Amino acid sequence: MNDVATSFLEAAVRTATPLAFAALGEAVTERAGVINVGLEGVIIAGCFGAVVAAGAGGIVAGLAGGMFAGLVIAAFFALFAVWLRTDQIITGTALTLGALGLTGTLYRIVYGDTGAALSIPTMRPIAIPGLSAIPVLGPAFFAQPIVTYLLYVVIALVWWVLARTHIGLAVRAAGEQPMAAEAAGISVVGVQWGAVLVGGALAGVAGATLVLAQVGTFAEGMSAGRGFIAIAIVALGRWHPVGVALAALLFGAATAMQYLFQSIGSTLPYQLFLALPYALTLVVLAIGSGRAHAPAALGRRELLVR
Amino acid sequence: VAGRPADVIASSAQSLGFALALGTAIVAILAGIVAASGFDVGLAFGALVRGSVGSSYAIFSATLVRATPLILTGLAVALAFRGGILNIGAEGQLLAGAAVATALALAFASSLGIGAVGLGLAGAAVAGAAWAAIPAWLQRRAGVLEVITTIMMNFIALYSVGYLVRGPLQEPSHIYPQSAALPLEAQLPMILPGTRLHAGFLLAVAAAIAAWYIVRFTAAGFRLRVVGANPAAAASAGRVDVAHVRMNTFLLSGAIAGLAGGVEVFGVTYALYENLSPGYGYTAIAVALLAGLHPLLVIASGIVLGALEAGAAAMQREAGVPSVLVSVVEALIILAVVGARAAFVRRRRSAEVRS
Repeated sequence: MNDVATSFLEAAVRTATPLAFAALGEAVTERAGVINVGLEGVIIAGCFGAVVAAGAGGIVAGLAGGMFAGLVIAAFFALFAVWLRTDQIITGTALTLGALGLTGTLYRIVYGDTGAALSIPTMRPIAIPGLSAIPVLGPAFFAQPIVTYLLYVVIALVWWVLARTHIGLAVRAAGEQPMAAEAAGISVVGVQWGAVLVGGALAGVAGATLVLAQVGTFAEGMSAGRGFIAIAIVALGRWHPVGVALAALLFGAATAMQYLFQSIGSTLPYQLFLALPYALTLVVLAIGSGRAHAPAALGRRELLVR
Repeated sequence: VAGRPADVIASSAQSLGFALALGTAIVAILAGIVAASGFDVGLAFGALVRGSVGSSYAIFSATLVRATPLILTGLAVALAFRGGILNIGAEGQLLAGAAVATALALAFASSLGIGAVGLGLAGAAVAGAAWAAIPAWLQRRAGVLEVITTIMMNFIALYSVGYLVRGPLQEPSHIYPQSAALPLEAQLPMILPGTRLHAGFLLAVAAAIAAWYIVRFTAAGFRLRVVGANPAAAASAGRVDVAHVRMNTFLLSGAIAGLAGGVEVFGVTYALYENLSPGYGYTAIAVALLAGLHPLLVIASGIVLGALEAGAAAMQREAGVPSVLVSVVEALIILAVVGARAAFVRRRRSAEVRS
């Protein structure tokens, strides 16, 4: 029984890792008052960047490549939504559409129509001595690929920056009271640029994690809605880094259910399990959200025309 | 907004200029990508033109056939956006409509004959509206962002169809992941002999005209527009029940997208399968925005993007250029439209500040 619980939790943490990276980044972006619905596009760009870079230079290059690709798409988003102040939702949707098309096109061009043979180095789990010996939880949380440990650091870092630093204060001010922030000498547009880019870098890493720690190759549309799920996770986690991380774990668990059911020999149709995370998103949003905890100026664009 | 005739002429000249600039820029970018990827630009663009408008076959059997679901889904998105509802779920609503239309037609074709088509299309519209009802309800009850929920519903629709074509609706031999083929009497008639253009195209055009009439000339259409333009003012000055109007707009949008699914099954595929839609529901956003959310212009923009998709398919067949490139073009169209509008608003506001 412990084995089943451990492997279930291990799978939950593994599948939660990219979701948590993307959702943490989006939390930063949203705390600054910008909602990047193009997150899905940023993640798929991260996947593609990671495949290209890892094929050439190994795992570390893959992570950097994913992050770079994420930054490029996020910069594109910021150019329109932050600088031109276009509608954030339509802009994000367009970027998702464009990034899915562009990565699919480039992939076929670079690797050929089949592209099946492409396989890149993936990360092995590294057990942390001591911690990984804790019963049940140890192997699940401390015998993971190195990116998961990087995630633990990022969770703490995002919390610390948002809650305890002047930069974090500026980010929160931009998201809650942009006019007041501007009056206090904070460049809201500058802060929002920064927050979108941080979100892009983390979503790029999310894409890279998907490739380097899970799938080991690229497939068109492999982000499979994770960007949108991550946005739901941000709302469920009430825009707080720790809450967001826990919400991501819940979604990881929902995805890991399919492995659990397979292991006990369930005959339920597998499409049911594939649809589960999306259905869960709806349920979670229905009971756990509303805008009560959202940054007050989230999604607003009508400020700062000079 | 545009009152004096001179303003109208100036603004339509401006939009024409914008459309030309947009078209040129997109062709240039497309050529750039195609050339940079090492393809023969001349061959690729030749295929694009031949496959979309190069022959009467290309026009009637490729472009207009692809334009049909794009006009309907584009209309669904345009109406929703006009009413302030960001329905990104046309894809899922289309699939729900296609699934229900298939099930109804297979069940009733033998007893109802051509009546099964009518029943199936009505069922498709109801299914689309039902699929939209969940996000609509979540938005009304809990203020949940409809962008997220409609996209979740798209994925659920995709996997549901995946289940149906391997389960309850699978063809009798249980080999292929698709439904049984519809009998001849449950298919939409062709409207031009020797082409694949079916009656669904006329239905799509009629729907666009009806939507235009409703939005432009009826009280319900007026309410839809004011709620979209300024919900607070609609509620306080116009005593409009904003939540009610939003719900109706959402359901209407879903019904039209669902209808698109039924039309696609009865007019083109004659069966339900997983990859029924190559993303019509997403392209619909570009269709709607390119038309400036105007129901009649949706007919034109649907045909333009239908031509682009038909041409891209030919480009892939003849020149090897991946047809997914089209979604990059669509994204650029959307960005150009919203970017130009934002830049225009910005210039006007800064002019107002200065004067």
